[in-house]
Amino acid sequence: MSSEAIGKKDLSRRDLLGLTAIGTATIAGLATLGGSLRLVKPNVHFEESTQFKIGKPENFPEGTVRVFDDKNCFIFSDSDGLYAVSSICTHLGCIVSLTEWGFQCPCHGSKYNPEGHVIGGPAPRSLEWFEINQDVDGSLVVDSAKTVAAGTKYIFT
Amino acid sequence: MDGTKQSGLVKFKDNLFTVKDSLLGSFIRSGAPTSDRSRTAIMFNNFFLHVQTVKTHINTLRPSYTLGMGLIALFLMIIAFISGIFLMVYYNPSIENAFNSVKDINFVVSGGKLMRNVHKWSGEAMIIFVLFHMTRVFYTSSYLRGREFNWLIGIVLLVLTFLLNLTGYMLPWDQLSYWALVIVANIIAAPLEMTDIMGVTKYFDIGGISKELFLGGLVPGKEALNRVYLFHIMLLPAAILIILGVHFWRIRKDGGLTRPDKFDRKDTDTTYITPPDKTGDIFPTYKTYGLMELAKGKTPAVDNDVENTVLSWPNLLIAELAVMMFTLAAVVAYSFYIDAPLKELANPAIPENPAKAPWYFLGLQELVGYSAFMGGQGIPMAALLGLALIPFLDRESEHTGIWFSNKQGLTVTIISFIVGTVGLIGTLAFTIQYGWFRNWWPNIPQIVIVMINPGTIWLGFVMIWSLATIKITGSTRMGAIALFTIFLVSYIILTYTGTVLRGPNWDFFWSQSEWPIH
Repeated sequence: MSSEAIGKKDLSRRDLLGLTAIGTATIAGLATLGGSLRLVKPNVHFEESTQFKIGKPENFPEGTVRVFDDKNCFIFSDSDGLYAVSSICTHLGCIVSLTEWGFQCPCHGSKYNPEGHVIGGPAPRSLEWFEINQDVDGSLVVDSAKTVAAGTKYIFT
Repeated sequence: MDGTKQSGLVKFKDNLFTVKDSLLGSFIRSGAPTSDRSRTAIMFNNFFLHVQTVKTHINTLRPSYTLGMGLIALFLMIIAFISGIFLMVYYNPSIENAFNSVKDINFVVSGGKLMRNVHKWSGEAMIIFVLFHMTRVFYTSSYLRGREFNWLIGIVLLVLTFLLNLTGYMLPWDQLSYWALVIVANIIAAPLEMTDIMGVTKYFDIGGISKELFLGGLVPGKEALNRVYLFHIMLLPAAILIILGVHFWRIRKDGGLTRPDKFDRKDTDTTYITPPDKTGDIFPTYKTYGLMELAKGKTPAVDNDVENTVLSWPNLLIAELAVMMFTLAAVVAYSFYIDAPLKELANPAIPENPAKAPWYFLGLQELVGYSAFMGGQGIPMAALLGLALIPFLDRESEHTGIWFSNKQGLTVTIISFIVGTVGLIGTLAFTIQYGWFRNWWPNIPQIVIVMINPGTIWLGFVMIWSLATIKITGSTRMGAIALFTIFLVSYIILTYTGTVLRGPNWDFFWSQSEWPIH
């Protein structure tokens, strides 16, 4: 039984109370730390919406390449459809630029192919692809908070 | 009745006429420092002076021993504190006003540009002199004999110095500030690389949470600037002041600065030492003394070294005053001619190409160019840990107080210097010439690049080199010398590479004049 086990370990009442006190203090301390960090983590972000309208589908005929500088996003259109690729380098967050062979990051030389797949430099991940939806008014909405698998292309009418 | 009144007024009149003497006497209780006794008394009666001993060892006073490095770092910090308060008069930490208020300081406020330059350059110079101070302490084995923990405190102070500089250049909200904020936030988020590899990011995104706590959001904006400001003007200065207090307090408790066991006076010592009064010794026989405190280490009073100590007033204080005046003059003169940089207003759409941090972080930037996690967190942590453990892994205290320990120490320093220089330049040249794994096998898994890159290979080499030195020489001190020497060499070479040899897209160029138009 438990009393036997305690007797074997020779845990005195004083030690038990001491351990309980230390344990309680540790739990209280961790809870305080967690609560303090929770305060520091904001509940509201005073930032621009991650969703933005880019216009009607007919503005993006096949072969279109558009750069949305202020949204850090490229929009491409090819025979398979429309797709949005992030221009934020996955290494340390600089903005990549479009080249003949893909994307180039100026900060540490990361290179991506036209699908955003890493082909050089220190970037750990491929460029993100964003979800595109069509609003009721017919205009297209990109949501940079929602990433989709690379190669996801959308056809809108 | 009349007589009492009269005498009261007379007393008042006397007090009034002697108010200058009595005020001064209550302020400086020991009187003018004209005798050894009053020079002694002033040191322990004055709050600001009593952190220092009454008598100082001649070895401590020799400029060739300390080089005044720690003292210069302290004065630079004080200069940065005071100039920083002046900048706070006009600076406004909001993304709407920050850049304009710094431009105001630079171009409108009387003396503003000079004050900003002084603040910037004293802060940057602190990095250099904290490193120099650390170098001095290391090569004189001054991290031993009770000073082990103070070495750790010193490393914390080095980190705080870097953080103060880092948060400082984020405040003007120019292009440098903004992209530094972006890059630092992503270095904070770099554990993402590891959690991604392990596939646990969905459940335990420690990198993302840390980044959000730092930025107060998902992208750098007003919350981030507010937090950086809080760090720069309050949390970090408070931390550095308190920890510096502990640093000094421990120096005193450890019996002052280190000195060699066998100390011999030199003729040249007399050039900067005022001999004591000949009329009476500092401890005359007709006086008795009580024990005021027990300090660890060999204090002058308990050692037979007592004849090699001289009064701190004036010998130590005049040296400190000279260093302070030299430091202040140098900072002001430099700031008068060289302006602190201020780039254009932050533009979140266009990073500079190349987007370079200030020079003291460009060694790290070279390393994050291989892997964000290893370069930004893994390797710096390993380097700091290695430095921090030096006093605990090397306990050969017989060399304390002697530059480079002995002849062998000097040899190891020189060989390590050469090996470090050649080895690191070779590693960098190979990487620049032939690229790295991803250039050869484009589909290589990320984990291989994180674990095996030029930075980690160099780290491994330094560890092996230090262990080999310990094995060959049979001395842990020699291993420590090898480790520290290569650390210094690496910092310098990596910084040079990042500063001069890297251009647009972080490509290699011999100099900035070869950069292509972009």
